[in-house]
Amino acid sequence: MAGLPLQELEAKARTLRRHIITSTTQAGSGHPTSSLSAVEVVTALYFGGILRYDPLRPNWPPRDRFILSKGHAAPLLYAALAEAGYFPVEALATLRQLGSPLEGHPNLRRLPGVEASTGSLGQGLSIGLGHALAARMDGYDSRVYVLLGDGEIDQGQVWEAVMSAVKYRADNLIAIVDRNGYQQTGPTAEVLDLEPLAPKWEAFGWAVQEINGHDLTQVLTALQKAGVSRGKPSVIIARTQKGYPIMDLLSEANYHGKPLSLAEAEKALARIG
Amino acid sequence: MKLGKSTREAFGLALADLGARYPDIVVLDGDVHNSTRTEHFAKRFPERFFNVGIAESNLVSMAGGMAGAGKRPWLASFAAFVMCNAYDQLRMSVAFPCADVKVVGSHAGISIGEDGPSQMGIEDVALACALPNFTVVVPADEPSTWAAVEALTELRTPAYLRVGRPNVPIVYDQPPPFRIGQAIRLRDGKDLTLIANGLMVAAALQAAEELARSGIQARVLDMHTVKPLDEQAVAEAARETGRIVIAEEHTIYGGLGSVVAMAAARHHPVPIRFVALKDTFAESGPPEALLAKYGLTAGDIVREAKSLLG
Ligand SMILES: Cc1ncc(C[n+]2csc(CCOP(=O)(O)OP(=O)(O)O)c2C)c(N)n1
Ligand SMILES: [Mg+2]
Repeated sequence: MAGLPLQELEAKARTLRRHIITSTTQAGSGHPTSSLSAVEVVTALYFGGILRYDPLRPNWPPRDRFILSKGHAAPLLYAALAEAGYFPVEALATLRQLGSPLEGHPNLRRLPGVEASTGSLGQGLSIGLGHALAARMDGYDSRVYVLLGDGEIDQGQVWEAVMSAVKYRADNLIAIVDRNGYQQTGPTAEVLDLEPLAPKWEAFGWAVQEINGHDLTQVLTALQKAGVSRGKPSVIIARTQKGYPIMDLLSEANYHGKPLSLAEAEKALARIG
Repeated sequence: MKLGKSTREAFGLALADLGARYPDIVVLDGDVHNSTRTEHFAKRFPERFFNVGIAESNLVSMAGGMAGAGKRPWLASFAAFVMCNAYDQLRMSVAFPCADVKVVGSHAGISIGEDGPSQMGIEDVALACALPNFTVVVPADEPSTWAAVEALTELRTPAYLRVGRPNVPIVYDQPPPFRIGQAIRLRDGKDLTLIANGLMVAAALQAAEELARSGIQARVLDMHTVKPLDEQAVAEAARETGRIVIAEEHTIYGGLGSVVAMAAARHHPVPIRFVALKDTFAESGPPEALLAKYGLTAGDIVREAKSLLG
């Protein structure tokens, strides 16, 4: 898929941010700050010419996969899927309502384009590895991109998948860590320090890149490079800010799992433009 | 019935209170202490509080180790995550060695609302009951949660305490006569018995009122302890009222309904109806709307009761 030029990509990122804020504030619950930190990554994947997909054929076998392992960032995934044409943008207004397929966390049985039902943290990389190996068995050159939270990689299962992926030389598997420095109850440095993070992945045998996760050019370059890795899986550690770029408008740095008030949302939307 | 605090909040406050009296109590949580409310304990006793991060299996086995070394651990996470993500650890690090570990699952049932099915513990009671040596308690309201936490502290064996997210009606305006393994008879009646736990107790009381208006006298039992079950109370209910409706905010398989039906079958078989989640995941939505859509209201209990009698 041809990617949008940089300026249009930047506009798309702003659109996704507006959807995230509007839909969670309207729902009255959800995880806007967790969604905002990964906007550039998801924008580059869906609109920067990285992912191969067809919204009219969501189960098209040779497609690439995007798996949102940190399922609480569902508002970001839904915004991207709507903008990509999987369902009408108007549906975003039904987030978290009774009867809406846009549940609080992604449910693959109810929404086209969702590749994995997530929300229990720690499982996405294993699911992604399964997809990657199955696609290879079937002769497809599909790539599988898995977005993980930094707090999420506390889970032992993530590191089990990390080792399995190396054993099976899953070079079609790309992990992206949304390194926003916070988890539910505080900074990752206090709850469970992950550092030195890049050397850990390296020691396990992964190809590692560390980038500024809000710089679309860096994100695109890293994703392109990861996509042509040979013989080993790739990880991109995307240094981000939780709630970017509206952290300072909120009452606390982490602001985990809470929607913005109407007044905060108005200010945030004005900031984003 | 007046609205009280949530059972998770009552648990958190009670635990902090116990911390002052029991220096051996330690508390472990997995990056959700602002949700489970172990934050009340954490604030008062930071040196006895351990936030292990998003790592439920490590959480459970660490608690098992601490119990082995003489501490008295309480650990908490969402019911779904602690029961389903760390089941083998509960089995091998807690149940099998019969360790003095108290496991608390919050956000149980579908009444958590908008966060949706991935966060809802709907099979936790069945899983907990399947573990030998475990006591399983599902309190109805704020006062009985305090009482349950106190009572479980006296116990030196593994236990699972299930608590919920929303504020719930106060069933007990007097201190409840709470004894583990003993049902509490909240209302007497001769026509049938409603047996419930958790937030379905308030619904059962409401249903009994409604049934009384149609001339049906229902006995209501708060079956807060699912294991060990008060089999005598079930046997009496079966013998004396002849019909039973069981209501729980849990999947229909393996929870309160299953164990009560087993007891009734053993002692005095009678017709039984089940108000529970009918072998399905729920969805996102407002708590009240979800309880209505998935058949967990006083009205559902009334309907089942009438169909039993009709
Ligand atoms: C297995 C599991 N345990 C606990 C939770 C509750 N929870 C939801 S989000 C979250 C913090 C996630 O932090 P991180 O992965 O860093 O994501 P961020 O919100 O910072 O993007 C936690 C603990 C969960 N969803 N799954
Ligand atoms: Mg984070």
